[in-house]
Amino acid sequence: MTTATPRPTPPHGAPQPPSGARPKPTPPTGAPVRVTGAQSLVRSLEAIGCEVAFGIPGGTIMPAYDALLDSTKVRHVLVRHEQGAGHAATGYAQATGKVGVCVATSGPGATNLVTPLADAYMDSVPVVAITGQVAQPLIGTDGFQEADICGITMPVTKHNFMVHDPAEIPRTIAEAFYVASTGRPGPVLVDIPKDVQQAMTSFQWPPEMHLPGYRPTTRPHGKQVREAAKMITAARRPVLYVGGGVIKSGAHAELLELAELTGIPVVTTLMARGAFPDSHRQHLGMPGMHGSVSAVAAMQRADLLITLGARFDDRVTGQLSTFAPDARVVHADIDPAEISKNRHADVPIVGDCKEILTDLVAAVRAERETGEVADLAKWWSQLDQFTETFPLGYEWPTDGTLAPQFVIERIGALVGPDAVYTAGVGQHQMWAAQFIGYENPRTWINSGGLGTMGFAVPAAMGAKFGRPDTPVWAIDGDGCFQMTNQELATCAIEGAPIKVAVMNNGNLGMVRQWQNLFYEGRYSHTDLGTHKHRIPDFVLLAEALGCAGLRCESKEDVDSTIRKAMEINDRPVVIDFVVGKDAQVWPMVASGTGNSQIMAARDIRPLYDEDEA
Amino acid sequence: MTRHTLSVLTENRPGVLARVAGLFSRRGFNIESLAVGPTEHPDVSRMTIVVSVDELPLEQVTKQLNKLINVIKIVELDPDASVQRELLLVKVRADASVRSQVLETVQMFRAKVVDAAPESLTVEATGTADKLDALLRMLEPFGVREMVQSGMVAVGRGPRSITATAVR
Repeated sequence: MTTATPRPTPPHGAPQPPSGARPKPTPPTGAPVRVTGAQSLVRSLEAIGCEVAFGIPGGTIMPAYDALLDSTKVRHVLVRHEQGAGHAATGYAQATGKVGVCVATSGPGATNLVTPLADAYMDSVPVVAITGQVAQPLIGTDGFQEADICGITMPVTKHNFMVHDPAEIPRTIAEAFYVASTGRPGPVLVDIPKDVQQAMTSFQWPPEMHLPGYRPTTRPHGKQVREAAKMITAARRPVLYVGGGVIKSGAHAELLELAELTGIPVVTTLMARGAFPDSHRQHLGMPGMHGSVSAVAAMQRADLLITLGARFDDRVTGQLSTFAPDARVVHADIDPAEISKNRHADVPIVGDCKEILTDLVAAVRAERETGEVADLAKWWSQLDQFTETFPLGYEWPTDGTLAPQFVIERIGALVGPDAVYTAGVGQHQMWAAQFIGYENPRTWINSGGLGTMGFAVPAAMGAKFGRPDTPVWAIDGDGCFQMTNQELATCAIEGAPIKVAVMNNGNLGMVRQWQNLFYEGRYSHTDLGTHKHRIPDFVLLAEALGCAGLRCESKEDVDSTIRKAMEINDRPVVIDFVVGKDAQVWPMVASGTGNSQIMAARDIRPLYDEDEA
Repeated sequence: MTRHTLSVLTENRPGVLARVAGLFSRRGFNIESLAVGPTEHPDVSRMTIVVSVDELPLEQVTKQLNKLINVIKIVELDPDASVQRELLLVKVRADASVRSQVLETVQMFRAKVVDAAPESLTVEATGTADKLDALLRMLEPFGVREMVQSGMVAVGRGPRSITATAVR
């Protein structure tokens, strides 16, 4: 309540939203139909174009599930855990660009969605979660399976709604999808009490939206774009710092045009892998904690960062005070709150990346015709030297075990750049970001901001439902895999033949790596015993879950095992790649240090050593 | 750190206060005072929030507030160009021996007595935080038995209205 005494809700639709960039009300097309709230919900989902919903029924969402049984347009996928539903919705959304939908019952069903919602919030993924709630008379009484899910998810959703009146269902669903998918995308939760689902109401589509406080800016300011174009043309050591926003706005073609027009080097963050072809000669790779030496060096030495849909995350900047010390910053983002949040922006541009890049290309072209164009040859020769001296690479373990980097590299090479790859979180995620070549947007799906272990399998499932004709490979670790592999049963039964490549090193590998580097090799509780005891046996587990199970333990068998997996398309495939436990992710910027301290390998600090010399 | 007064227009809906208050705590900003009430538009509420922050974090908090879907508009009110008021109710020990002195103080501050008992008087005063502090300092020697103070409310001086352009 915003006032001390509750007041009746104002009549629907009043006052009218001011003109301008507001949702345009469309005249009603269909005549009102008498339905239950639950039927109104399902009709709304159908009307808005929801094709797939991932969920599990339970007490308070049963009316909605009853109505769902009659729908021929919404395909419901019965998952095994609500967390799986949430990540599947995220995977679907990331693979297709559409809104992902997940459904759960009240209480524990809803709280199981909290992790995937927080995940989608951090990575700006358009997801709509629909939850049942106890009937309104029970709210606030600690009723059975009652949880204040709106209160709980307030900090991890872009917005959430509780529906009190069945007449509000179509409008709320329309608003939820609109808020989730426009501006900076994000998850939206709609909580519907059971009595609201059961009550009779009238359904009419399209509804009139009422969002007086929601006006995302998509058109960039012309003056700012021209100012940026001047700086881009004049800069001697510029870098295009590309984030996930470029993929979300579908601006990869415009990015390529700007890059090729200017010849400026490009780095793509963990969320932006695929926004710019890895094979392109201007691509320096990924920046940040496990970025390539040349990408990190380019940013540290740059005189201009052209930041596009990126947010200066601490995993990219390292110690903020020593990050890119000589660079001026052009920062383009659709979220004004990201501008100058972590790093001061000399030229802020608020807007949609696609529109910004389109205008920027034109402005830079005009600028190049009139002004002086800086020569980047010297800059490139510096960068080329870093790329040549410190290419991405790895060493084979001395104990004769399989190198996980090799396995991932071979998957990328054999499966190719047209497939979709998902990952969990940890070493395997970093190797998958480093050693698979991404050429297209929406082919790399991972949990970047929240770092959610267990993301890979359900996200791959969601991606497969979104793009059934595309091969989907989950690159997973044995730790992550044991958190969410129950969704393989869903994949097997519902027809999502994904491939799961488990980099089984028997340990929580990234934590182990840090223990090795920063905790004097004291391996506290990181050995999962997967090697020692072969518990679980991933091959048997895969078969128990209705999948094909393969195992590979030697270099010679890697290619043939991958090929065998590629040939099985009638069910999901799990490959247990038994790899060495001592492989480490390099390069690395140790937590809390500056990016100039990047280590190409243990104790080798190319930028720092060069500065000292 | 300096004090800033933000006038925040929001949709009058359940849960909006929780969203605003939650945002402040989760982003690590301290609210000095917060007052909520209706406006001339029945579906718009107005919050007056006083925060002590530097210029840069203030910009961040304003941007984060603006991202809340139910927040319609935010205006920072300059203390020199706005009227800012708080309400104070204070119960002062005032038996017959000091009653006239208490009443003199009340008159001096143009406050008023809203309740009386043989041993005490309850005084109502409105004004700026400074004025209310001064009144309290004067009343303290008599013995303050109980006091309650509202958050600050504020409105810009002159004919312009911040709600007129936000809500049409």
